[in-house]
Amino acid sequence: MNSQLSVLIGRRFLAACTSLAFVIVTVFAITNILPGDATDALLGQGATPEAITAMRHNLGLDQPVFVRFWVWLWGVLHGEFGHSLLNGLSVADVIGPRLHNSLLLAGASAAISVPVSLFLGITSAIWKDTVYDRVISIMTLGMVSVPEFVIATTAVYVFAVRLHLLPALADVGSVHSLRQFLAAFFMPVASLALVTLAQMVRMTRAAMVDTLSAPYIEMALLKGVGPARLILVHAIPNAIGPIINAVALSLSSLLGGVVVIEVVFTYPGIAGLMVDAVSSRDVPTVQACALVFCVTYLLLTTFADIVTILSLPRGRKA
Amino acid sequence: MAATIQVENLEIVGRRGKGEELPIVRNVSFSVQRGEMLALIGESGSGKTTVALSLLGHIRSGCRIAGGTIRVAGYDVTALTPHERRSMRGRVISYVAQNAGSAFNPALSIMRQVVEPALVHRILPRRELEARAVSLFRVLALPEPETIGERYPGELSGGQLQRLMAAMALMTDPEVVIFDEPTTALDVTTQIEVLAVFKEVFAERGITGVYVTHDLSVVSQIADHAVVLKDGAIRETGTVSKILFQPEDPYSQALLAAAEPRSRQTDLAKRPAQPALLDVRKLVVGYGQATSAGLPEKVIVNHVSFSVPKGGMLGVIGESGCGKSTLARAISGLQPWAAGELFLNGASLAGSVRERTPEQRRHLQLVAQNADSVLNPSKPIGKTLERVVRFYSGLKGEAATRRVNELLDMVRLSPALASRLPSELSGGQKQRINFARALAADPQIVLCDEITAALDTVVAAAILDLMKELQRDLGLSFIFITHDLHALQSICDRVAVLYAGQAVEVGPASTLGKGVHHPYTRLLHDSVPLMEPGWLEATQRRRLAEATPVTTLNPLSPDPELCCFLARCSDRVGGLCDRVPPPVLSVSQGSSVLCHLPASIRPEFLS
Repeated sequence: MNSQLSVLIGRRFLAACTSLAFVIVTVFAITNILPGDATDALLGQGATPEAITAMRHNLGLDQPVFVRFWVWLWGVLHGEFGHSLLNGLSVADVIGPRLHNSLLLAGASAAISVPVSLFLGITSAIWKDTVYDRVISIMTLGMVSVPEFVIATTAVYVFAVRLHLLPALADVGSVHSLRQFLAAFFMPVASLALVTLAQMVRMTRAAMVDTLSAPYIEMALLKGVGPARLILVHAIPNAIGPIINAVALSLSSLLGGVVVIEVVFTYPGIAGLMVDAVSSRDVPTVQACALVFCVTYLLLTTFADIVTILSLPRGRKA
Repeated sequence: MAATIQVENLEIVGRRGKGEELPIVRNVSFSVQRGEMLALIGESGSGKTTVALSLLGHIRSGCRIAGGTIRVAGYDVTALTPHERRSMRGRVISYVAQNAGSAFNPALSIMRQVVEPALVHRILPRRELEARAVSLFRVLALPEPETIGERYPGELSGGQLQRLMAAMALMTDPEVVIFDEPTTALDVTTQIEVLAVFKEVFAERGITGVYVTHDLSVVSQIADHAVVLKDGAIRETGTVSKILFQPEDPYSQALLAAAEPRSRQTDLAKRPAQPALLDVRKLVVGYGQATSAGLPEKVIVNHVSFSVPKGGMLGVIGESGCGKSTLARAISGLQPWAAGELFLNGASLAGSVRERTPEQRRHLQLVAQNADSVLNPSKPIGKTLERVVRFYSGLKGEAATRRVNELLDMVRLSPALASRLPSELSGGQKQRINFARALAADPQIVLCDEITAALDTVVAAAILDLMKELQRDLGLSFIFITHDLHALQSICDRVAVLYAGQAVEVGPASTLGKGVHHPYTRLLHDSVPLMEPGWLEATQRRRLAEATPVTTLNPLSPDPELCCFLARCSDRVGGLCDRVPPPVLSVSQGSSVLCHLPASIRPEFLS
């Protein structure tokens, strides 16, 4: 690796760190301008002003905003996200198992959608303008335009309500057999995978079509290079940057999908937790969840950019 | 003995979109004997590349062979299975593409690509192939043959890549090599080197070749036989000397007439001296942060001075990357300059077009190289012109339409074309519209940046005629930026020769090729191929004889003060050129030359 490359990557990291600092401040600011606070949710409508004041004091909500920001920031930097305002548990402990569940859901969806979409995208670029390509193109276009909650609720209606094949809720707690595993995960994973898949297929195909029309591909053909070598050695190395970029961007949109899917299937993940925390004004939990989402997003986009930098052909880096 | 290449009654059809099939190649037959070089001559759209690619059994998508036979080195190319076709390509017949810059895969090292044809055909193990590649690099006079293979296409120059592509084509010792305009994208000074190397290697290896080109001078140097194609059909076949010196077909004659260097000079050049209309003084343009000396980090145009009188035509010539286009952008106010001054009608011009007065903007117009990038593809050209007319003269409705028709007439186009979209016009017509757009401003001086570079010879010649007419009829001044010395000589009265951003010579255009010149001007002039058999060999011999060994000089230090041409100069004088910055010397014919003008080049030319 040459120094020019390190400079480029270093610069990208610096940009990621700047974004992270910005995200931290924004998360705190937004959670603080949410109307109402946890005392409303905890004490209910009939609370006396004294009780509210005492509660606010106990929770540290009566301190100036800057003090609270520093206390919170200090905690975040040490991996300590504070305690849930609702049940007093450490936020980290509350999030831990939920994050695990969400990662499982997202990971399973990605494990299915990435290879499938790369395959479909690359093959439909190779067989451009054939029936195969047209069918994939129409199907992905359709899927891109359907929002995930429609797919998810349709799936519930068909498989749970009509066919009684699968439970409508994702019962992750009692998975002991493959049957139960499939029952719990099939619909959430499939709905999530479908949504991201369409996007990735389209972007992969576009990157590959672009590369396959390059003069050096025709040149390789005229050298007597066979189809497998043409795709693997000549086309993929040039298309890989845009493809990985497309994959990373689609995976980051998977995060948004997770929120909807978890709510529809009452899946016990971090997105569901965050939605509950917002409605109960559990600010530390909301903050921690928001941070987790933002950091994941940042990691994915940074990863995509670094791959793009690394895949740039030599002599074209500037 | 049967011919190595035998094409009979070849018919290729193609369709655009969902339209019906149209013939692209019509009833083409020719043959090439073993060890001979055939030139396929034609303009763009003549089907010459389609024919060349069909010899490899490759037909671009949307097209198909509708009839005829192609036999190459014993293979019946039209009847091959895909597998047989693959096994023939790159092994028996190989291809050298027009633009090596884009035909090399940017993600793979040169060596991987050069050995690939031999590797996929399992001719030798990789290690031995690499050794063979290095020896080919040496034969093709590439720098650092041992290590050049480790580099990537983006790190090499166009001329080097073109030679590497030839090396790739020769790796498998093919019987037939197809060259598709291999030197068109190169500068003349590079082209002559590449041609000389190619020719030597063909002769040595007894290669049978097909050389696709539109350049008749190149044909005269490299081919034995020629086929003239127009609209997919053969117009004339014969030996090169017959086609170049006694063409029978009217189209061949027209091609030759357009290629012939022809003077369009009028008496205008002999008028009394006119006051300067545009005056460029010590212009410096560059990129990056300013250094302590106040100059930009990367200087593209370096202290260039010249002036254009009213009604004058100045040619700016130089190889790619010499700063021609940057100079045009700076003069037209699109690229701010770092130092120097510009005067139009005696008044100082601001560096940015925004700061110039409307009047100044009107007087100085730019005609860009690529008309497609200037004309709005979704607007009829009449509307495009009308907009410019309204912008500059405020004319509306009837009056504007009349003015548009007047402009079309000025560029010799029918007013009926006004309702056409740019895509419905030919390249030459688009370039005329591009001109009309500039004329709509009623300018005093028009900057033409490589306006004939993308055009076919016949069409380009007509554009040059148009420029001359406009100069005569409207008293327009031009700056004609080009890399084509013939075009420049035929219309310009003065010339500025640019090398590495410096105007190494400014003088009358009529004395190019005679009198005392800067060594680079001389190199440029001598590198333009002539339609004379044996010219290439004679020129190369002369070059070799006069080359100054580098050892007589100090190790070349990149001192910006010293002569920019030092490293390539055959007349450099050790102890002088590598120590003292060159002065600007005036020579008798009225040129000023940025050179010490060592005694070695003076007597030869003063005679």
